[in-house]
Amino acid sequence: MSAHGSMIPRVPFEEAARVAIEDTQLRRNLGKATTTIRAKRLAVVNELSDWEALRTAGAAIKDRMLARMDEYLLQLEESVVRAGGKVHWASDADEANRIIVELVRQRGATEVVKVKSITTDEIRLNEALSNAGINATESDLAEFIIQLAGEASSHILVPAIHKNRSEIRELFMRKLGVTNLSDQPAALAEVARTFLRERFLTADVAVSGANFGIAETGSVCVVESEGNGRMCLTLPKVLISVMGIEKMLPTWQDLEVFLQLLPRSSTGERMNPYTNLWTGVTPGDGPEEFHLVLLDNGRTNVLADEVGRQTLRCIRCSACLNVCPVYSRTGGHSYQSVYPGPIGAILTPQLVGVENAPSLPYASSLCGACYEVCPVKINIPEVLVHLRGKVVREKRSRLRGRYSPESLGLRALGWTFSDASRYERAQRTGRRAQKPLVNNGWIERVPGGALSGWTGARDLRPIAQQTFREWWKERK
Amino acid sequence: MKVSLFITCFNDTIFPETGRATVRLLERLGHEVDFPLEQTCCGQMHFNTGYQEEALVLARRFVKVFGGAEAVVAPSVSCVGLVRDSYLPLAEESGDAELVAAVRAVVPRVYELSEFLVKVLGVEDVGAYYPHRVTYHPTCHSLRAMRLGDAPLRLLRAVRGLELVELPEATECCGFGGTFAVKNADTSVAMLGDKVRSVLTTRAEVCSAVDNSCLMQIGGGLHRMRAGVRTVHLAEILASTEEEPAL
Ligand code: SF4
Repeated sequence: MSAHGSMIPRVPFEEAARVAIEDTQLRRNLGKATTTIRAKRLAVVNELSDWEALRTAGAAIKDRMLARMDEYLLQLEESVVRAGGKVHWASDADEANRIIVELVRQRGATEVVKVKSITTDEIRLNEALSNAGINATESDLAEFIIQLAGEASSHILVPAIHKNRSEIRELFMRKLGVTNLSDQPAALAEVARTFLRERFLTADVAVSGANFGIAETGSVCVVESEGNGRMCLTLPKVLISVMGIEKMLPTWQDLEVFLQLLPRSSTGERMNPYTNLWTGVTPGDGPEEFHLVLLDNGRTNVLADEVGRQTLRCIRCSACLNVCPVYSRTGGHSYQSVYPGPIGAILTPQLVGVENAPSLPYASSLCGACYEVCPVKINIPEVLVHLRGKVVREKRSRLRGRYSPESLGLRALGWTFSDASRYERAQRTGRRAQKPLVNNGWIERVPGGALSGWTGARDLRPIAQQTFREWWKERK
Repeated sequence: MKVSLFITCFNDTIFPETGRATVRLLERLGHEVDFPLEQTCCGQMHFNTGYQEEALVLARRFVKVFGGAEAVVAPSVSCVGLVRDSYLPLAEESGDAELVAAVRAVVPRVYELSEFLVKVLGVEDVGAYYPHRVTYHPTCHSLRAMRLGDAPLRLLRAVRGLELVELPEATECCGFGGTFAVKNADTSVAMLGDKVRSVLTTRAEVCSAVDNSCLMQIGGGLHRMRAGVRTVHLAEILASTEEEPAL
């Protein structure tokens, strides 16, 4: 249970969303931020005439890796060890946390600095460290903000996207004891910088995630915008990187494709301000010890699913979040997982099991905007529908689910549609039954059942006085 | 050409005027229209909600009913999208080789109406007359799954008397999404709110599209507000002439 605690929704998505949608400040912050990133992304993507070919290449490289993941993982281990690093295998979150806590303890450290990493949020590393008496400081500005606020991230790339400047100013004044602070970005960044510099210089251990790990060379890549990541990756004596096994790339050459796809899709930049790449350890330069923790935590289950496995191509660029009409209105917290938005709606249920997140595959109108922008061509609508099928099958295997109003209703409808005369009878019955509800050609209120959700805010068109087929028969 | 009309259950039951318009339009263009009475539903709602078992039964039925058709035309882009994108994987998963073969045979002959007109028949001016201020909402399926491109717009631009106004933020989803509209009613309505706002800024009197499901969402919102804007399927605009105005 605890292994997936960061990803299991407590209430159905629609319930959480209902509350979030009411938050006008959140709607404004999100609307503004996602519109800006969308436009930036589109502009830099349109600069490349071979964007579609790059996407195809990105998908193909990841598929090649996924098809022979076992071999590549062993190759990666060998390469890292050859370069002077150590590799640890973690089958789940608890195991990964145990390994990391142990490594920090061996060093006798009580402070670690962290590079922004969703994978460490997935395993709830900060909590595990804190339980072991180790204090972790997030060094990414946005992560730092939400850590101070005691909140969870609401966006893969911009964790504090739900907050605006004045909210951040207020937070810094309250938590860091600064006075006389303006809400100008530079002033806010200065406060964080002063606080964080101190940590970079004193911490013995840094923990990071990984954007890419190269099987061929054992190199690890972390991209970032602020330079704080580089401080963490180079100053402390021990570096521990946690990498989901799907972040692997077979060869060094493959980076060429991904270092074009990722920045353009995520921040809308031609390249990332900081692209950090290291291979094991180098005496006299950077950390003395390097540990790579390879995390499964449900990923091999995803790999086993023929339709679902494309999810593992994901490079966490967050383009799908920014274009999603659902995400941009509900915000990330409604998904109640470290993975929000369209990617979260397909990744979370696969990692924790659909029975533990059955509402997430339905958190989409299937508009397809996510698929259109995904740099590795994950057909998110296809996976959503596939997972809905799993949810239905899982529910049907239980008595309560089998006889739920939805299941009964859709089965009855399926039965009706499977015979034309039965279907025509149903049209006539429906027309009679709707009579008391129809007013001036419209239905304004359905008292109960699924359609009452429709008429809460929309009028409904009734069954026609003469169906098309009745007209056709009459005409013949 | 002999055209078999796939009306879709939704249009048959709730929007028969769209079906009548499609018949009138195709006959006016000189084609013979047939309506196989055995047809019911393509299974889109079942498939998209996760009821693949039921969807498979309906896919089987569709393939049987339309197996021998020269061309199958439907005034609903999302239904054609389902047939084109999902029938084959559905059939393959069932392991029924005969069904797979039947799907492969029929799918290439199934068209959405505007695509059939522009890409198959090669007509843009269908001789329509529609003296109204119209804005066009490109539905998600028409944009992204079926890639209709500007086929519907070309048809609209050729309509005499019609004043076409561009819809701001046109590519945004209207929030319908099938069962999404009731399962996630609040989010669906939040999306609809923004779409309605865009429609209202155009000051159009008619909002058109190639799918009545999205139009029911947009129209349902507009009507609840008594906004004075109605939704009309593209087929009805194209069927309308000076002699015989919209049905
Ligand atoms: S699913 Fe695609 S678009 Fe979304 S975060 Fe992953 S790579 Fe980016």
